[in-house]
Amino acid sequence: MRVDFSLLFPEMALAALGFLVLVVDLILPQDQVARRNAAAAAVAVLGMVAVGALAVVTTPDRGTSVYGGLLFIDAYALLFKLLFLGVGIAVVLMSAEYVGRVIRHPGEFYGLVVFSVLGSALMASAGELLTAYVALELLSFCLFVLVGLTRGDRRSAEASTKYILLGAISSAVMLYGISLLYGTAGTTVFPEMGAQFWANFSPTVIVGFAMLLAGFGFKLALVPFHLWAPDVYEGAPTPVTALVAVLSKAATFALLLRFLAEASLSTFDEWQLALAVLAALTMTVGTLTALAQHNIKRLFAYSSIAQVGFVMVGVVAMTEAAANAVLLHLVGYAFSNLAAFAVIVSVEAKTRKEEIADYAGLSTASPLMAMVLTAALFSLAGLPIFAGFITKFYLFTTAADAGYLWLAVLAIANSVISLYYYLRIVREMYITEPAAAPERIRLPAASAGALWALLAGTIAIGVYPGPVAAAVDAATDALGPFVGAS
Amino acid sequence: MSFAERHVLETLVYLPMLTAAVLVMLPFGWRALARWISIGSALALLLASLYVFFVFDRSAEGFQLVRVLPWFEPLGIDFRLGVDGLAVLMVLLTGIVAFSGAIIAANVERETKSYYVLLFILIAGVYGTFVSIDLFFFFFFYELAIVPMYLLIGVWGSSSTFKDFDRPKEYGAMKLVLMIVAASLLVWVAIIVMYNEAGLGTFSIPALSEFARSGGEGGGPGFSPQFQRVVFPLVMVGFGLLAGLWPLHTWSPDGHVAAPTTVSMLHAGVLMKLGAFGIIRVGMLLLPEGMQDWALVLFVLGTVNVIYGAISAMAQTDLKYVVGYSSVSHMGYVLMGIATMDPVGITGASLQMFSHGVMTALFFAVVGAIYERTHTRDILVLNGLASRMGWITAFFVIAGLTSLGLPGLSGFIAELLVFVGAFRTQPVLGVLGVIGAAITAVYILRLVARVFFGERSTEWDGLKDLTAREGFAMGALVVPILLVGVYPGPFLDVIAPGVDLVLAALEG
Repeated sequence: MRVDFSLLFPEMALAALGFLVLVVDLILPQDQVARRNAAAAAVAVLGMVAVGALAVVTTPDRGTSVYGGLLFIDAYALLFKLLFLGVGIAVVLMSAEYVGRVIRHPGEFYGLVVFSVLGSALMASAGELLTAYVALELLSFCLFVLVGLTRGDRRSAEASTKYILLGAISSAVMLYGISLLYGTAGTTVFPEMGAQFWANFSPTVIVGFAMLLAGFGFKLALVPFHLWAPDVYEGAPTPVTALVAVLSKAATFALLLRFLAEASLSTFDEWQLALAVLAALTMTVGTLTALAQHNIKRLFAYSSIAQVGFVMVGVVAMTEAAANAVLLHLVGYAFSNLAAFAVIVSVEAKTRKEEIADYAGLSTASPLMAMVLTAALFSLAGLPIFAGFITKFYLFTTAADAGYLWLAVLAIANSVISLYYYLRIVREMYITEPAAAPERIRLPAASAGALWALLAGTIAIGVYPGPVAAAVDAATDALGPFVGAS
Repeated sequence: MSFAERHVLETLVYLPMLTAAVLVMLPFGWRALARWISIGSALALLLASLYVFFVFDRSAEGFQLVRVLPWFEPLGIDFRLGVDGLAVLMVLLTGIVAFSGAIIAANVERETKSYYVLLFILIAGVYGTFVSIDLFFFFFFYELAIVPMYLLIGVWGSSSTFKDFDRPKEYGAMKLVLMIVAASLLVWVAIIVMYNEAGLGTFSIPALSEFARSGGEGGGPGFSPQFQRVVFPLVMVGFGLLAGLWPLHTWSPDGHVAAPTTVSMLHAGVLMKLGAFGIIRVGMLLLPEGMQDWALVLFVLGTVNVIYGAISAMAQTDLKYVVGYSSVSHMGYVLMGIATMDPVGITGASLQMFSHGVMTALFFAVVGAIYERTHTRDILVLNGLASRMGWITAFFVIAGLTSLGLPGLSGFIAELLVFVGAFRTQPVLGVLGVIGAAITAVYILRLVARVFFGERSTEWDGLKDLTAREGFAMGALVVPILLVGVYPGPFLDVIAPGVDLVLAALEG
C-alpha cells in the first residue's frame, strides 16, 4: 500500500514545531526569561500560521483517507484543523504576559499547547477507534501536564492529580468499551463497524457503547461525568483553562460527530435516547449550578458544561442540518469563549484575582476588556448581534425539525436562565462601585490584538454567518450518511 | 423604485448601528462631538422616518418598500424589509421619540459617549423590529433592543426609596431584562414551531401569512386550528409581556422608574409598542384562527390592564411611578382595541400606540426635568411648581390632558375609536374601559392640582425653568399630539391599508 505522505505534512510539521518551540526555550540564555518567553511564543504563533496554510494547500478538493481508513484528509478535518490552530494561536497570544509572570519555562507551555493542537487535529481526522484513542490520549496527556504546570501552587497540583486519576480511569473504561466493540464487529474502522453492529447485534454492543459513551462523556464533562471540571478549571493556570474549555471540547465533538456519522449510529434509537437524556441533564445541571458560583473560573466551568449540553442537542438530532449547526455553534463558541478567557487571563495576569467581585470597576480600569467580556458573555447567552444568537437559533431549529422539540425548548429555557449569571459579571464590571479607585490597566499589544480579533470574529459570525456556514456545509458533506439522507 | 425608496428602510437600521460603531471608536474625552454626532444622526433618522411616512402609498395593498437580501442560506433566512400602514406609523413614532430623546440625553454627564452608544443600539433594535418582515429578523431586532437595557438602567438609572423598602436601580434593570427575555423564550419557541410546521424553508412573514390563509402554493390546509390554538398563547403572552399585559406588567413600572429619562421615553414610548405590534404582526397575520379563539381572553386582560393600571397609578406617591402605571393602563386600550378584531377597534389601537408613545415620552421627559432640578419625585413633597416652572407645567399639563382623553388632543380620538370598537363587540368590557378613562382623569387632575398649582413652597424658589434645548425637545413631542388631535386624517389614512391586511388574514 502506497501512502502519499504529502497528505500528512501538516501533522508532521506541527509535531516538528512542538519540538522546535521546546528547543528555542532551551538554547536561549536561561536568565533572560522575558526574551525566551517572547521568542517561544513568536515561534509557536508563526509556526501555527504556517501549518494552517500548509493544511489548506495539502488537503485535496475531494476528501481521501490514508493507511486504509485510519485517517481522513478531507474538508471536515481541514475545518477543524484550522479551528484548532486558531484556538492555539489565540491562547498563545492572550497568555504571553501571564506565562511570563507565572511559568518558569515558557517553552514547555507553548510546546505543550502545540502538541495538544496536534492531538486535536488527529482526533478530527481519525477514522478508526484506536487511532482516535491515541489522538485523544495525546491531547489528554498534554492537558494533564499543562494543568499542573504552575509548580508550587497547591490548587494546580490538586487539579492535575484529580484530572490524571479520573482521566486515566475514563480512558481505561473507554478502551475496554472499544475492545468489546472490536470483539463483536471484528474491526475498528468506523464505516465497517456500523454494518457489523447491525449484523451481529448483542448485549455486548450495548455495554461497549455505554463504556465508549462514558469515555466521551468524561472528556466533554457531560453530567454525570462532570465532577472533575470545576476543580480542574479553577486550579489550572488560566490559559490552560481556556484550552480545556475550548480545544478539548471542540476536538471531542469533532471525533464524536465523525464516529456517529460514519458508523451510522444515529439510526440506533437507544443510543439516541441515552444521548438525549445526557444532553438534557448536562445543560440543566450546568446552568443551575453556575448560578451559585462566585469564582469566575468555576463559573465558566459550569457555563461550559451548559454549553456542551446545548451542542449535544444538535448531536442528538444528527441530521445533516443539525450537524452543520453543531459545527457552526462550535466555531462561534470558540470565538466567544476565547474572547471571555482572553479578558480573564489578562485580568489575572495584572491583578492575580479571579473572584467575580474582583471585576468591580473593570469598565474604568480597562474599557476595552470590559466591552469584550460583555460582548462575549452576551454571545454565550445567545443575544444578537453576536455569534451565539444565530448559532443557537440554528441549532435549536434544526433539532426541533428532527423531532426533538422538547429538548430545544429545554435548551431555550436554560439559555434564558444563563443570562442571569452572565449579567452578574456585567453588573460587577459596570455598575458596582469598586472599593478603591481602579488603576488603569495597560494591555500588551499581543493581548489587545487578540481581544480585538476575537471580538471582531464574534460579531462577524453574528452579523454575517454566510461564509462560515458555507465552509461548515462543505465540511459535513465529507462525512458519512446522516439520518434522513438517502 | 427610486434609489431612496429602495434603501430608506435599510438606512433606518444601518444608520443607528453605524452611529454606535463610530461613537465606540471616539476617544472618551470628546463629549461635545459625541453629542453632536448623536443628535445629528437622530435628526437624519427622523427625516428618513418622515420620508417613509410620506412616500408610503396609502392606496396600495400589502407590504411596501420591500427589500430582500439573502442572509443565511441553510435556514432560508433573508434580510427582508418592508412596511405596512401600522409599521409606517411606528417608524414615525420611533423617529420622533428618538430625536427628542437624543436631545434630552445631552444632559447626561456621566460617560456620555457610552450612553449614546447603547442608546443607538436600542434604536437600531426598535427600528429593525418595525421594518422586518422576516420572522427571524423580527426576533433578532426584538432581542437586540433588549441587549443594552441592562446597562442603560443599571449604570445611568436612579434608585427609589420607599417608606419601608428600597428599589435599587439594579433591581429594576435585572427584573426588566429577565422578564422580557423569558417572555421572548415563548416567542422563540413559537417561531421555531411555525417554521417547521409550515415547512416552507423561509421565515418570510408574507409567505407564512399566505400559507396560514390559503395553505400556500399547494393549496393545502395551512396551520391547523388546533395548532393555532396551541401556539397563539405563546405569541400572545410572549409579546404581551412587553406590552405590559396584566399580570405580567410588573417589570414595567419598576424598570421605567429606574431607567434614565431618555431610556424611559424610548422604552415606554416605543419599546412597549413592539409587544402590541408583535401580537398584530405575528399573532393576527400568521395565526388568525388562534387569535379568534383567544380574543376574549386578551380582551378581558386588556380591560384589567386599564382598570388595574389606573387604580395603581392613583395609589402612587412617586411621580414617575404614576406615569409608569399610567402606561400600563394605556397599553390596556391598545390590547382591547386589538382584541375587538373590528376595523374601528384595530384602527383605534394603532392610533393609541402612536398617541401613547408620544404622550408618555413627553411625560417622562417632563418628570426627568423636574427630578433633575428638585432631586425628588415625591408627590407629597413637591408642590406649587407652576409659579417657578411655567414651561414644565405647560408640557406636563398637555401630556396629562392627552392622557385623560381631552378632545383636540391625540388621546381622545384614539381612545374613542377603541371604545367604539369595543361597544360593537363586547359592550360590558367597553363600559369598564370608559370607567378606566374616568379614573385616569381623577389621578391626573389631582396630581396637576397638587404638584403644580398647590400651595407655593419656598423650598423650590431657586429653581430654573426648562432650557431652550429641553423646551425644543419637548415641543417636538407636542406637535404630533396636537396634529393627531385636530387633523387625524393623514394618520388614519396610513393605518387603513395596514388594518385591511390584518382583517384579510382574520377573515381567511
